[in-house]
Amino acid sequence: MNENPVALAPEALLLLGAVSILLVGSFVPRRSQWVTRALTALTLLAALAASITAAGDPGEVVYDGIWAVDGVTTAARLIVLPATLLTLGLAIPQVQGDKRETEFSVLLMLGALGALALAGASDLMVLAVAYLLASLPLYALAGFARDPSGTEAALKLYLLGAFLGIAMLLGVTLLYGVAGATTYAELAERLPDAPRAPVALGVVCLLAGLMFKVGGVPGHFWVPDVAQGARTPAAAFTTTVPKVGGLVAAYRVLDAVPTAVVDWPLLVAILAGLTMTLGNLAAFFQDSPRRLLGWSTVSQAGYLLMAVAVAGRADLAMPSLLLYLAAYSVTNLGAFAVVACLERRQTLADYRGLARNRPALAGALAICLLGLVGTPPTAVFVGKVVVFGAAWDGGFAWLVVLAAVNTVASLFYYLRWLASAFGTDAASTGTAARAPDEDRAGTWWAEFAAVTAGASVIALGVFGGPVLELATTPLLR
Amino acid sequence: MLSVVVFLPLLAALVLLAVPVLPGRAALAVWVTVAAVELALLTGMWLAADLGAGVTDGLDYEQRVPWIPGVGSSYHVGVDGLSLPLLLMTAGVFLAAGIYSLAEDKRPREYSALFLFLLSMSLGVFASLDLLVFFVFFDLSIVGMYFVIAGWGHAGAARAALQFFLYTFLGSLAMLVAFLGLYVAAGTFDMVELARNPPLESKPVAAGFVLLALSIGLAVKTPTVPFHTWLPPAHTDAPAAGSAVLAAVLLKMGTYGFVRIAMPILPEAWRRYALVFVVVGVVSILYGALVALAQDDLKRMIAYTSVNHMGYVLLGLGAAGVLSGGDAEQARAVAVTGAMMQMVSHGLITAALFLLAGVLYERGHSYDMRRYGGLAGPMPRFAALFAVGAFASLGIPGFTGFLAEFQIFAGSLATVPVAAALGIVGILLTAALFLAALQRVFAGPAGELTERIGGVPTVRAGGKAVKTGLRPKLRVDVNPRELAAVAPLLLLALVLGLVPRPLLDLIEPAARTVTELVS
Repeated sequence: MNENPVALAPEALLLLGAVSILLVGSFVPRRSQWVTRALTALTLLAALAASITAAGDPGEVVYDGIWAVDGVTTAARLIVLPATLLTLGLAIPQVQGDKRETEFSVLLMLGALGALALAGASDLMVLAVAYLLASLPLYALAGFARDPSGTEAALKLYLLGAFLGIAMLLGVTLLYGVAGATTYAELAERLPDAPRAPVALGVVCLLAGLMFKVGGVPGHFWVPDVAQGARTPAAAFTTTVPKVGGLVAAYRVLDAVPTAVVDWPLLVAILAGLTMTLGNLAAFFQDSPRRLLGWSTVSQAGYLLMAVAVAGRADLAMPSLLLYLAAYSVTNLGAFAVVACLERRQTLADYRGLARNRPALAGALAICLLGLVGTPPTAVFVGKVVVFGAAWDGGFAWLVVLAAVNTVASLFYYLRWLASAFGTDAASTGTAARAPDEDRAGTWWAEFAAVTAGASVIALGVFGGPVLELATTPLLR
Repeated sequence: MLSVVVFLPLLAALVLLAVPVLPGRAALAVWVTVAAVELALLTGMWLAADLGAGVTDGLDYEQRVPWIPGVGSSYHVGVDGLSLPLLLMTAGVFLAAGIYSLAEDKRPREYSALFLFLLSMSLGVFASLDLLVFFVFFDLSIVGMYFVIAGWGHAGAARAALQFFLYTFLGSLAMLVAFLGLYVAAGTFDMVELARNPPLESKPVAAGFVLLALSIGLAVKTPTVPFHTWLPPAHTDAPAAGSAVLAAVLLKMGTYGFVRIAMPILPEAWRRYALVFVVVGVVSILYGALVALAQDDLKRMIAYTSVNHMGYVLLGLGAAGVLSGGDAEQARAVAVTGAMMQMVSHGLITAALFLLAGVLYERGHSYDMRRYGGLAGPMPRFAALFAVGAFASLGIPGFTGFLAEFQIFAGSLATVPVAAALGIVGILLTAALFLAALQRVFAGPAGELTERIGGVPTVRAGGKAVKTGLRPKLRVDVNPRELAAVAPLLLLALVLGLVPRPLLDLIEPAARTVTELVS
């Protein structure tokens, strides 16, 4: 039995950090809460360093085959940890001086830990635990502001999470029942001989839970409410980081289920198609930037699911998923960072005059929104090309066409926002004067996060090739 | 070398954005300077080029650096007889648009940076030899033009820009789907490799669908009927320099895609569906001309003549795919050469016409031809320039337009005589509409706007000439800046029409290669 504790060093660092920062936070006066924020950043950086150090190692599956530490897990760490750092940065204007700032940082770390556990899980029981660990901090984060809209968001998130979590546990039970084992390696061995009906039901139930994490149909109902109702940093984190864990987890577990027993590729493809279409249609006439972003993350989940649908059937499936996840995380967080700087602008129309007043933010917004569309040379463009290529290669040409049509449709609502920010028609001069003047103090960090994200979006797009090479690693179970 | 040419304007654009203290005039001067340098560099490259057959082989200034090796995509650029004429035309048109815009006073620094960005992207489209790289430049040119229309357009600009972006983005996504299809079939995005070993030869159904997606994408950009509806509003609301670049350069990306990608890479399918392209070409010729004839708005009229002119290109390219015995090979090559000539010719002439439309708008603040009339009086030089442009555009012998259309018809008569005959009707219609426009704007009694522009002494009630607001003629008529922008374009169209050999020598080998590939 492999019990190499060093293999899980980044996760262990996160856990230790979370617990000790919670303790430190209770002894630090409110004025000096920035100490805990700095400690959180240090912990995340340490975990990142540990991940990079371990990146070259040959993969292994540790603790009796329940936790895979392979190239895919490493990639998930390299996506989740910087994404969490970015969230920490864009949260500063919101949480600075808040009496529960420490709790916010700790919840972020625990949420990131949950996402990493999901990404590494190679056993149904670990998957179930990881699901809980990845969900519970988010409930608290969503309701962090203790205002009515935040409470509603948290309640919706909690109810859906609890309901689909139970469905997932049912799926775990069913699969354990028919296979007599919980590790993916054993599942892959035994499921081909298992009766089809319970396996199919088990897979469907399992997927239901993961769809909640991914924010895809049918587990998407919480997304727009959390995006709009929760505080911006919580919304940014909840719509980004859990997706990384959820999609990698879905990929790993589905890869272990033989397609001869259950035709899950078709099921996932249909869910992908539904998710991207619904997300796009719903985003069309949204007037709140955050709600619009929320629905846009739903549609992005649809594109991401395309890669899962061809898991194991196209060479590019895993690398394209990881590349798209990295691209999506930084782009989505960049867009949320801009929103975090301009908290008082509540509607798209409020963004008028942004290009003139805050050119750096307007530039970051343009890059991130066009990035979400998939305009070259941004990161999501490369992600889309490889994901579409993988999906076509895996036999889902119709899904590629649907995704292309959706991409065009998505341009419409992103452009509504951009047109407002860059608009020069006569009306804008009038509204610009009335546009709420931002409190610039404190948004420096969030602006920095937005600009960093914007630059990374371009860099990741231009250097997408080498990143794709790095993401091409075998999946262990 | 080629990469320097492609990215130099982008670099200049970034510098312009990074140096906010730069005065507007200086920023616009940077645009003109960079475009002039580009033109000089490209001319030098033309003179020094060692071009072979082109398309599959004998490309010059090639450079290939892996970009996304995982999907067989590399930054691959190079020039041949298909791309070099368009590269030169692009630099020339941007230079003219830059000179024209020297007096721009609305955020000149950003304007200049945006056009330099567009110049980079346009050159990139014509230089790239990799489908993904082509797509990157193609898409970014759309983004750039969106900001030009939205930021510096006339009244309805926001809406027109959105429509332009959505429509052409739809086209580019259809194209991307086609590229992915080619990639899945061949495992590479490299145009040269794909043209050497055309994929999907043995899968006619798949090839048909890929060609369909590709053609929709390119047809939107070209634009041909029925995908042309975005063009008139985009032109009407774009600033003059934007219109010139849109018509002269961006439309060529569509037709260029047919010659560079569709024909060499899907030759089988192109042959099978060649008649479809011929029909679409003829319909565009006739429909574009007829609708242009009915326009009262000068810019809309010129925009519809673009639909008409791009129809000739498609007719020529379609005719090249129709096989009718072995002896027509020469004729088909002539048709392709004519199509390439037409791209260059339309670029030069239409850019000039749109800049002239801008001259008119600056004085009268309207494109409505009904409100002008008798403009030849106060603006004789403008009238002369516009007449030259109009005659060049309708294909009077001596200009490139005549040569191009003559070649297209000569080539297509051999393979598709009926279509060619119908197309000739289009020339008559174009002639009619340009003559009618000349008459409405420049001849006859002075219209209300003519009076306002020229302060023309008109006989009023009581027989007394009222000379209110009379301005010196120099300010009313085309000024030196505008002359310097427009005249060279028309002069070039004339010189290349009289002495076409150098240009034909450049185009012909590549056109023959394309013809052989679709044989």
